[in-house]
Amino acid sequence: MDIAREVLNIVVVGHVDHGKSTVIGRLLYDTKSLPEGAIDRVKRIAKEKGKPFEYAYLLDAFEEEQKQGITIDTTQLQFRTDKRDYVIIDAPGHKEFLKNMISGAASAEAALLIIDANEGIQEQSKRHGYILSLLGIQKAYVLVNKMDLIQYSEEKFNAIKQEMNEFLTSLHVYPLKYIPVSAFHGENITASSDKMPWYKGEPVLEAIDLFEKDKGLEGKPLRFPIQDVYKFDSRRIIAGRIEAGTLRTGDEILISPSNKVTKVKSIEYWVEKDKVDQISAGMSVGITVEDEFFNQRGEFISHTYDAPITSDTFKVSLFWMGKNDLVKNKEYKLKLATQEVECEIYAINKVIDATTLENLENASQAKTNDVAEVTIKTKREVCFDEFRNNQNTGRFVIVDGYDVCGGGIVTGLAQERQSVSKFVKQDDEIIVKCFDEYYYVVTEGGIKKIEGVPHSFNIGDVIPSTGVTYEYPAEFNVVDIKTGLTAIIRKSKLQDIILLKHLTYEQSPFIDSQGAFVKIHSEEDFNKFAADLEKLQQAESSRTAAFANQWLDFMKFRQIRYLTATKSLEIEYQI
Amino acid sequence: MDHLDRLEAQSIFILREAYKKFGKLGMLWSIGKDSTVMLWLAKKAFFGHCPFPFIHVDTTHKIPEMIAFRDRMAKEYNIELIVHTNQEALDAGMGPDKGRLVCCKALKTDGLQQVVTKYEFEGLILGIRRDEEGSRSKERVFSERNKDSEWDYTNQAPELWDQFKTDFPKGNHIRVHPILHWNEMDIWAYIEREKIELVDLYFAKNGKRYRSLGCAPCTGQIDSNAVTVAQIIEELKNTKVGERAGRAQDQEDSYAMQKLRKDGYM
Ligand SMILES: Nc1nc2c(ncn2[C@@H]2O[C@H](COP(=O)(O)OP(=O)(O)O)[C@@H](O)[C@H]2O)c(=O)[nH]1
Repeated sequence: MDIAREVLNIVVVGHVDHGKSTVIGRLLYDTKSLPEGAIDRVKRIAKEKGKPFEYAYLLDAFEEEQKQGITIDTTQLQFRTDKRDYVIIDAPGHKEFLKNMISGAASAEAALLIIDANEGIQEQSKRHGYILSLLGIQKAYVLVNKMDLIQYSEEKFNAIKQEMNEFLTSLHVYPLKYIPVSAFHGENITASSDKMPWYKGEPVLEAIDLFEKDKGLEGKPLRFPIQDVYKFDSRRIIAGRIEAGTLRTGDEILISPSNKVTKVKSIEYWVEKDKVDQISAGMSVGITVEDEFFNQRGEFISHTYDAPITSDTFKVSLFWMGKNDLVKNKEYKLKLATQEVECEIYAINKVIDATTLENLENASQAKTNDVAEVTIKTKREVCFDEFRNNQNTGRFVIVDGYDVCGGGIVTGLAQERQSVSKFVKQDDEIIVKCFDEYYYVVTEGGIKKIEGVPHSFNIGDVIPSTGVTYEYPAEFNVVDIKTGLTAIIRKSKLQDIILLKHLTYEQSPFIDSQGAFVKIHSEEDFNKFAADLEKLQQAESSRTAAFANQWLDFMKFRQIRYLTATKSLEIEYQI
Repeated sequence: MDHLDRLEAQSIFILREAYKKFGKLGMLWSIGKDSTVMLWLAKKAFFGHCPFPFIHVDTTHKIPEMIAFRDRMAKEYNIELIVHTNQEALDAGMGPDKGRLVCCKALKTDGLQQVVTKYEFEGLILGIRRDEEGSRSKERVFSERNKDSEWDYTNQAPELWDQFKTDFPKGNHIRVHPILHWNEMDIWAYIEREKIELVDLYFAKNGKRYRSLGCAPCTGQIDSNAVTVAQIIEELKNTKVGERAGRAQDQEDSYAMQKLRKDGYM
């Protein structure tokens, strides 16, 4: 492995036997990443056991696994492409090993979700999709595997794609690609398969190079949870890892929750070459401060102008893996960054069956493998952020007895239920209806709109550019006719929101906030549209049919599908 | 931050967690490259200090240069060193001629267990890496062992977001693995960058060198002309042979290492 190269952690998830290990084995094999002994060892074991060769054996280091034919724990394997190095975390799919899957997925940045083309979507396909959403993993591809078993049929592939997309979209997981593969036969793994000429996208190895790494946490508000305070010599060093932001010598800092203000005196080091006057996210550091208050592990250092939330009651989404149920009125331990505090479950707001997404209101406990929304009350105040603002300081684990039994994310302080979807950049927002779906409902004999699940998309978020009844390109712009605010979507992510008149024309198409194509084909059209829009906004009525008929094409990116009844589609759920 | 910076930061974070959480903590030092890198990381984590003892389980079959290097470095780095030997086993005639796995179990695993019991360690820092061999790839950063040092690898708690296992019944201990996420190449690149001194045995003499260090009777040399760290890195880029191919205990049968490790081997 070359040290200067970029490394991306990928987790491979999916239902048991859908081919996770085979995909991984194949990727390792095709990239020539296996040590020389490995293939021989596997052949020897297979022969000893009198079994045919399986790629999965490359990953199974344990006797038990080979006996049961299931992989049981997270393995970290590496391979490389021209672009970068990959660490694959093998997350097995057997139900009782969910905690291993979570353990692996928690350290991944991108995910491959494997679905057996023949069996289709199964319980764990959904459960794993759900957990990806809870872990905040936005970069995901779905590999529809074992295409050989369905004669490489495009139609069946599309059916699976549609079903999975419906499910994942409701969880705010928007797979960037669906790739039909046969892992065992190596189709669409390294090179485009000639068995599936209808598939125009990249094979897996090329596609994963398109995952974009997260941009740095250095620019976020400073979060430096104190890990320990050392006094080995005359220095009194506050040690810890910076979870977000940047800190310089001389900066004024706030220590929460004790609310003390001081200044950074020095940044400490052992070897001369490590001497710096600025430290940032990801670094394990030590500082001294001007006023030597009593500091302790768990406190958060931030800048005075950007403090974390401090509270003893907050709402969370969590998954539960404990042998015992998660219940109210019982003492647990909560660990968040370096804080450890006794807590109890103040309210169980909702328990969600991760496979059917059915809500069990008024549940009194969450069982193993359940996902729940609860309110937690801690014995003393703790510091944190909402997960959507800062992943590192917005997640926590719960210890029951000796074991970590649950993990979750902080969703907020108070109940806040949103009714519309919007693009948000600071004070600017565009309410969008372009992710609504339109169906012709056979039993009702008419066209019906099913609203997308309400959600706020912030800058950098992946947006659902492909729905069931619409498909926008990866690069486009959404203009709000009322305000002229325009959302710029690049690589299926919300990149920016600016006024149309401040925009320079590029080739990418425009839609309005309803999803209609704006008939702009050239820079000339663009200028004309901008002028018309200005006029429209000055006029009294904000939207005239004449303007719409001239400029908008509602059906360009949409296709109305038939549906037997609407009931099955109404999704009540929201994270 | 580059790749090595990230690895270093993570290892330092782990070492500091271990120091904070365990009153009785020790670090196993095998004199090899990995644990010598760990020693360096500890000095960085604690700003030039080593606030816990280093333990060497001496099988008495080690290559003599290793012992000389150990004693010199312990002085230079100013560390507290505990050297332990399973004397009863040696007195009873234990050696590699009794079978490699039997010998490893007695002199290393049991030797280690004796140290843990004698000093009542709650935390033991070890320099194993996931990429070394299969069963190590399943390890946790904080990995629990029962009072007989046995490892229940089928029932490990998840390790989420660097929240490590720090709660366990009295009598058990935690094995802490600060460089679990490094690979062989990372180690060498870091040694090169930080200019960490290593025992000479890693560098070629007369066309041979050690790639992995263990006991003299069970560790083979490889053909090599690499006499600097940079040359070793170059050599590794071009090899496909496993790092521990020269270690006899790994080759005994398909599950040799898994069995050893379940019983408490490092
Ligand atoms: N026909 C066919 N079988 C496959 C394919 N990929 C995997 N399999 C088989 O499906 C079974 C389960 O695969 P495995 O990788 O162990 O699944 P895992 O449980 O998800 O890791 C094995 O017997 C594989 O050989 C494929 O592309 N085509």
